[in-house]
Amino acid sequence: MDILAMLLPIAFSLTMISVFMGLCSYSVLAERKVSSWIQGRVGPNRTRIPLVGHIPILGNLLTGLGIFQPAADGLKFLFKEEIIPGHVKVGYYYLAPIIALAPALTTMVVLPFGRYVDPAGVVQPLVLANIDVGILFILGVSSLGVYGIVLAGWSSNSKYPFLGAIRSSAQMISYELAMGLAILPVFMWSSAPGSEYGLSLFGVVQSQQSLWLIIWQPLSALIFLVAVFAETNRLPFDMAESETDLVGGFHTEYGCFKFGLFFVAEYAHVIMGSALFVCLFLGGWNFLPGIADPWSDNVFGTVLSVLWFMSKVFFMIFFFIWVRWTLPRFRYDQVMSLGWKILLPLAIGNLVFNTLIIAAYDHFTRN
Amino acid sequence: MLDILFYVFAAIVLVSALLMVVSPNAVNGAMCMIVSFVGTAALFVLLEAYFLAILQVLVYAGAVMVLFLFIIMLLDVDKSEGSYFKDKLTLGAAIIGFALVAILVCSAFAGANHLPEPGLMPVLENPTGEGVGIPFTTSSKSFGYSLFSKYMLPFQVTGFLLLAAMIGVIVVSKKHEENS
Repeated sequence: MDILAMLLPIAFSLTMISVFMGLCSYSVLAERKVSSWIQGRVGPNRTRIPLVGHIPILGNLLTGLGIFQPAADGLKFLFKEEIIPGHVKVGYYYLAPIIALAPALTTMVVLPFGRYVDPAGVVQPLVLANIDVGILFILGVSSLGVYGIVLAGWSSNSKYPFLGAIRSSAQMISYELAMGLAILPVFMWSSAPGSEYGLSLFGVVQSQQSLWLIIWQPLSALIFLVAVFAETNRLPFDMAESETDLVGGFHTEYGCFKFGLFFVAEYAHVIMGSALFVCLFLGGWNFLPGIADPWSDNVFGTVLSVLWFMSKVFFMIFFFIWVRWTLPRFRYDQVMSLGWKILLPLAIGNLVFNTLIIAAYDHFTRN
Repeated sequence: MLDILFYVFAAIVLVSALLMVVSPNAVNGAMCMIVSFVGTAALFVLLEAYFLAILQVLVYAGAVMVLFLFIIMLLDVDKSEGSYFKDKLTLGAAIIGFALVAILVCSAFAGANHLPEPGLMPVLENPTGEGVGIPFTTSSKSFGYSLFSKYMLPFQVTGFLLLAAMIGVIVVSKKHEENS
């Protein structure tokens, strides 16, 4: 029994990591497919696995959708010749991709992705660690991801990666502020006096049973969304890579599997950002605004809640890709002035405004 | 299990702190410092002080050290090698400092006047005003309640100190701009 209690969390974590990595590789495929549709191309449609790919109709369909492409991409990264440029600082050069990926994978520990009803009839979250300070954990650990970029740029010992690293770390530090301030009103409303939830994500999802926070707090949602785009280095803000002026940014000197790790880390951040946005503003696994929780109490209902959560996350991932292939890149000074002169004052104003509303609400309901 | 984890993380903290001090390369030093901070956060987790652990990571490892690393890399301090006890003054100062530390450790842990043995202190209850008191737990809500009721004065004073530091930074950097 004791061994089982130790082994089960490990098994759960391994399952979650493999699902998460699978999602990462298929969001790369989604990126390629959606971009090709937006640009009027076909996208990857040739890769075929023997046997499965040769089933008469299904095989052709899957091949045309590019379902087997991620496997080929992954193998290509693995089997390429590993070249280490002579001018790099070897230790940190190897360390950087690992540091870039590890925080993105760590944050999923506190992410609630569904709910179940325990025998006592209490709704419990499906989450690896239901800690009280979930949102702070995600903000704190994901802020460590910047070290991957900084170290990659510095250890490459060449101009373009260094510039890319400096740009992107300045950008990530700047937008972290707006991001943190934007979600404060959310928690001020969701953990009102009397609620038992502190800063846990489960509490936020439970508080959105009647009304989603994107309707209730649109300004917070907008600021948070923009900040997530900047934190994940996605296109309107991809200062880290901007291939037109920096070759490839911080990973210019990286090849084969090490580049693959950076690539996966970017998509891991995108998926985490999407999931976080769904939890905070799109009601998590709650069905629709107004219809809270139509799922039944048994295992089937649990599966449905997870699937509904996942479909919202997929929509957000699609939204990320859609924006990437629609908007052009900002100039670097525009990124900085947007962060410091527009988003930060807006976020502070939003916070003060909500504080005043809550104070007034308290004052009038108490009497 | 918890004991083993404590020894592992304590060893990580101590070793990386030592490496930070003796490392001649500034970037290595900064990286060791980050490891040391994260190890301290892990020790907080073992004490079930999750809020404190997260803040340690968020503020020190996530924000302060990024700026440190930034400055070290921008200035490229590596080229100016740190001098190793070349100076007689440095050597003398190091010896005196070490002797003082030795005396402090000896007097604190041995002899007649050593520190009292550590024991568990009773948990201080939060004040309960208007019947809405929150009991003292490790939850973030309890921390917030303590900060805004019992520890209001230290909280405000700390805020004032931070504000003063911020204004100081702005003044210093502005002055630099005018000169150039």
